[in-house]
Amino acid sequence: MVARLWQWFDSRMPTVGAEWRKHAAEYYAPKNFNFWYFFGSLALLVLVIQIVSGIFLTMNYKPDANLAFGSVEYIMRDVPGGWIIRYIHSTGASAFFIVVYLHMFRALLYGSHKEPRELVWIFGVLIYLTLMGEAFFGYLLPWGQMSYWGAQVIVNLFGTVPFIGPDLALWIRGDYVVSDATLNRFFALHVIAFPLVLLGLVVAHLLALHDVGSNNPDGVDIKKVKGPDGHALDGIPFHPYYTVKDLVGSVVFLALFCFVMFFVPEMGGYFLENNNFIPADPLKTPQHIAPVWYFTPFYSILRAVPPLFHSQFPGVLAMGVATLILFFLPWLDRSPVKSIRYRGTLYKAWLAVFVIVFLVLGYLGTEPTTVWGQFGFDAFFLDTKDVATWVARVGTVIYFLFFFLMPWYTARDKVLPVPERVVYH
Amino acid sequence: MKNLFALLLLAPLVVLASEAGYRLDRSPHDSRDLVSLQSGARTYMNYCLGCHGMQFMRYEGLKEIGLTEAQIRDNLMFTADKVGEPMRIAFPPKEAKAWFGVAPPDLSVVARSRGADWLYTYLRTFYRDAKTPTGWNNVVFPNVGMPHALWPLQGQRGLEIVSHKEGGHATVQYKWSELSKGTQTAAEYDATVRDLVNFLVYVGEPSGVYRRPIGIVVLFVLGLLFVFAYLLKKEYWKDVK
Repeated sequence: MVARLWQWFDSRMPTVGAEWRKHAAEYYAPKNFNFWYFFGSLALLVLVIQIVSGIFLTMNYKPDANLAFGSVEYIMRDVPGGWIIRYIHSTGASAFFIVVYLHMFRALLYGSHKEPRELVWIFGVLIYLTLMGEAFFGYLLPWGQMSYWGAQVIVNLFGTVPFIGPDLALWIRGDYVVSDATLNRFFALHVIAFPLVLLGLVVAHLLALHDVGSNNPDGVDIKKVKGPDGHALDGIPFHPYYTVKDLVGSVVFLALFCFVMFFVPEMGGYFLENNNFIPADPLKTPQHIAPVWYFTPFYSILRAVPPLFHSQFPGVLAMGVATLILFFLPWLDRSPVKSIRYRGTLYKAWLAVFVIVFLVLGYLGTEPTTVWGQFGFDAFFLDTKDVATWVARVGTVIYFLFFFLMPWYTARDKVLPVPERVVYH
Repeated sequence: MKNLFALLLLAPLVVLASEAGYRLDRSPHDSRDLVSLQSGARTYMNYCLGCHGMQFMRYEGLKEIGLTEAQIRDNLMFTADKVGEPMRIAFPPKEAKAWFGVAPPDLSVVARSRGADWLYTYLRTFYRDAKTPTGWNNVVFPNVGMPHALWPLQGQRGLEIVSHKEGGHATVQYKWSELSKGTQTAAEYDATVRDLVNFLVYVGEPSGVYRRPIGIVVLFVLGLLFVFAYLLKKEYWKDVK
């Protein structure tokens, strides 16, 4: 019965079956995918979770400066199951970034950004930037103190751009301060514009990937060695092999996700900030404003760069460059091999330092600059005595050196010979 | 705008200066203790609801902490006619601002913004201070606009803050003194505040009561699903070499 129905459908619209075969049943993925290869499909899962939970939130949320805060509390209390939907969405926001950061780290580990997958990487970076925008717009919607002042600070960053800055900030806000007008446009961008862009980019990311084929932990090209059937010997159809494997990964991920959701939804103030339970008050600046954790490495870079001629623009520029430099990664990396397994000590050391620096910058961004105390001495070069600021400065320099020196140290690195076929470790 | 931005960057400095002081006590509340929650509700309705509304909480919600509709209506509902109504206060915020300098904030989610430990400490550390307009001050919230609403229970206390400087390290000593007795002993008052904080935590997130039990069921189901998913994966992959 089902088979006949499918035959009827397939003879009238063969595209569906052809696409299914192209992207799943006959998409040959390397068979040595390890732990790091779960995060692509998990990112897709989180995207779906966010879209579905977001739709349900929209049914009761009110994008109005007078009603927004109350409508979120209404969802949390009076809407049946509303608190579950809200916690799904708030946990999902952070989960999205965790998954995406791990997914990006995987690329750095195994050289997934390198030729011929430059476009896959570029679409990926675009997804990451869009996601940052999506998260930023969404964070304003609960209309709490952190929503409000976080948005105020970030929009003011655009205000520091020379010449056009103030007009640019005004154009983004739609008002002279963050207000109802800002809330309405951020709502529109968050629920329609950016999700659409995100979906389009995800499709492009996957199409670009499936055109060239997936990389693998060995970084070898599996298409070089083909069996008599014309398929790569080290390849395996994505469906059913990786669908069942990713199912296992998804269940583990959902268990972690649900643990956070049901037992620590605020995650110690990192996923839901305490100050955001105070309604937005344009007249009362909170004492400590920090962005949500996923922006804090860049926030640290922003704070670390000293102002020039009383302008914060150098910091803003550094922050912008810190994200945009990712686009150039495929060309900065001159290594003849892809995978870290066959790279030399130089790249391994730089990558390790980069990860540590990224985490330290991230931590410092959540704390006031006084968190590690002050230097006990005076010196002419000390414009600030805060230890944390200086650590962030050193971290910022290392962050950029990782990229700027990459052409040099990757080309110089002593690499190991890459095997013909994938190996299991 | 640039000044505002500079201010925001400097703001973190201020916070340390003001918060470095008093160490918060750990709140001993237990969200499963219904008697404590009900006692906290009673204290709130009698001492707090005069000024602090809970506009997102309905009287009906008190059923969740083991009260019947009649009990709520007869004993706790001072500011509304129907149990479906939210807990609002009688006086307008504008007048409140004129009286206290600042309108008493709504406390629906105060436990989520301040945290239970802060509330537990704050409500127990009021002292007499002739320099403030209300004659009251607080250790964890210096120069607070609110007078000590629970003073008939706790009594009046005085405080002397002594700071020593030894080798660059400043230590601060808090010397409490009793100026008048309240109707409760220190231990009884601590229990009253614990119950009140318990109630505030409950009101901050009413779903917190079922969150954990549901979570356990969900994790159990996912655990079960994991077993089957894992076996399925193993079955498919057994021939892959």
